Amino acid sequence: MTAVDDTMEMVEGQRSGEDAPTLVVENLKTHFFTRVGAVKAVDDVSFTVRAGEILGLAGESGSGKSITGFSILGLIDPPGRVVSGAIRFKGEDLVTASPERLRGLRGNRIAMIFQDPMMTLNPVLRVDTQMIEAIQAHRKMDRKAARQRAYDALEMVGIPSPGERLNAYPHQLSGGMRQRVAIAIAFLNEPDLIIADEPTTALDVTIQAQILHEAQALCKRTGTAMIWITHDLAVVAGLADRIAVMYAGRIVETGETDDVIDKPLHPYSVGLLGSVPSANKRGERLNQIPGMTPSLIGLPPGCAFKARCPRASELCNTTPDVSELIPGRKIRCHHPHLEEAAQ
Amino acid sequence: MSEFMIRRFFQSAIVILAMSAIVFFGVNVVGDPVDMLINPEADQADIEATIRALGLDRPIGEQYLFFLKGIWVGDFGKSFIFGQPALQLILQRMPATMELAFAALFLSIVIGIPLGLFAGLRPESRASKGIMAGSIMGFSLPTFWVGLMMIIIFAVELGWLPSTGRGDTATFLGITSSLFTLDGLSHICLPAFNLALLKISLVIRLTRAGTREAVHQDYIKFARAKGLSDRRIIGVHLLKNILIPVVTVIGLEFGSLIAFSVVTETIFAWPGMGKLLIESILVLDRPVIVAYLMIIVALFVFINLAVDIVYSLLDPRVRLRDQGA
Ligand SMILES: Nc1ncnc2c1ncn2[C@@H]1O[C@H](COP(=O)(O)OP(=O)(O)O)[C@@H](O)[C@H]1O
Ligand code: SF4
Ligand SMILES: [Mg+2]
Repeated sequence: MTAVDDTMEMVEGQRSGEDAPTLVVENLKTHFFTRVGAVKAVDDVSFTVRAGEILGLAGESGSGKSITGFSILGLIDPPGRVVSGAIRFKGEDLVTASPERLRGLRGNRIAMIFQDPMMTLNPVLRVDTQMIEAIQAHRKMDRKAARQRAYDALEMVGIPSPGERLNAYPHQLSGGMRQRVAIAIAFLNEPDLIIADEPTTALDVTIQAQILHEAQALCKRTGTAMIWITHDLAVVAGLADRIAVMYAGRIVETGETDDVIDKPLHPYSVGLLGSVPSANKRGERLNQIPGMTPSLIGLPPGCAFKARCPRASELCNTTPDVSELIPGRKIRCHHPHLEEAAQ
Repeated sequence: MSEFMIRRFFQSAIVILAMSAIVFFGVNVVGDPVDMLINPEADQADIEATIRALGLDRPIGEQYLFFLKGIWVGDFGKSFIFGQPALQLILQRMPATMELAFAALFLSIVIGIPLGLFAGLRPESRASKGIMAGSIMGFSLPTFWVGLMMIIIFAVELGWLPSTGRGDTATFLGITSSLFTLDGLSHICLPAFNLALLKISLVIRLTRAGTREAVHQDYIKFARAKGLSDRRIIGVHLLKNILIPVVTVIGLEFGSLIAFSVVTETIFAWPGMGKLLIESILVLDRPVIVAYLMIIVALFVFINLAVDIVYSLLDPRVRLRDQGA
């Protein structure tokens, strides 16, 4: 909240000099206490995102990616609750932060982009209203200056004739346009971290590629850290610096994007990328893994993937710990694909 | 917009025409027109003169056209009791009914929307359950019984408020109303609340349902993710969305508020059209009854039209679609 830069352009590398990671999530557990039992949507998740870095958070639908994002923003509603763990944003713990402090950070230092652009903008408010309020919620700025800033942000995300778009209602814009508006809103206050929750899933492939490219360029230019959530590894393969693969509320594998894509270690990642890990999987679609994502209520002890895992053994009835068998690569598995990785 | 308006005006005219046919055939065909149309206290010469004057010796189709012509120029005949034109009688009583209906409308909005909003935002709280129980009572208790209870408690036992009549009136901006005097306001309290009770319950339910649906929408979560204050999220993002259906229904219900005021006006001796209607029915004052029915229909039609227009102004999606068409 201090020393807010009022201009849109950012000096390159301004934030990259900072050493402390932008976000450190440690042993985060977010559970939903429903009538039929506790849903362990996020169960012992740890990861780090540095300034200017894009972390791809990948996993099948229902694996807890969105809930991880909402936990960071402090937007978990009852019956859900962050049960334990720490979320440190530039050194400050968000789990214990006051609601007012969290509100001050949301949309200001940490922004989020949602999956469905048709639903995220309020249908009865004009685009300018929805952009100006996002600025004025966090800083004193008169309407005229805020509107100019909104105009610049729309221009920055590649929206033609921003003046007209500002006066439009959301339903007058296409899905791709609306998602660009949402991205512009996320960048409005020059946040340190953006959580993008499958923002291109609902869009067609060409627009998806454009938006990916623009988001990446913006992050690098502004030094903003980003968590890009997706169920499609191919999407983040060309975008993310590092990848975290999530399964049933846990992160099962993390590493540099190239390493994970080329030589996945966890049987689940291997399954996602195709049965035999080979040279370059970039740009290929996800493979279907036989079996179903398990229900997160009353998961049996042990590895959640064991029912679908070709490598499962007796040992897998105990929950594997996170280990760093190869430097920079963390895996949660008793029998990782180390042989292939060694080749 | 204009094509839409023309279509709506055309529909309205058809509704009024259909209603005139129902009223006409109801009064002239089902019953004995001579008995129903002519003051039984008139002498024989008068009766025959009136039969000719009203065209009752003519074929039925011709009679209906004659009736329509009367409506067109606002001639519903003279009241048997007051000897005044029926339309004039009703128009004299209309302001009293209108102010009562407006007061009830106002109460249903200022009480119903905040309570419904609260119940929708905190559905599990004890206060919300109390509000919902209250709204069920408001729906199920008969208006006349609640009216009598209100008179017994607030007028008879506590003596806080008067229970009959309209009180003093004053003229402001060319409108004469009891809403402009303290005495008038104290008189309108009980009947307005009585008339509003059903609508308050309705508005509470609509607002609550709308709120509960809206809070789970992505645009509310996105508004929260932008770091907006609760005040702005509820007061602008949520309210603006749920007000559209609520305003539509409230508007449509305004007609029924006027119609229902018949009961309330009778209990509280409120000198409006409803009380006049009941009195006219009791003494079979046919021209007044017919005029009342036609005016109520015209009001309903007009209100529906007005609501359509307001709705299109509130919801940009409707407004722009019509512009495009
Ligand atoms: N309000 C809720 N009540 C109960 N369970 C929930 C709730 N929200 C999410 N969940 C559960 O949390 C799990 C993770 O959800 P989510 O994070 O949305 O998955 P995804 O990886 O597809 O984004 C899902 O199994 C879902 O059923
Ligand atoms: S721990 Fe066992 S079951 Fe789980 S992924 Fe590894 S090998 Fe498969
Ligand atoms: Mg999701």
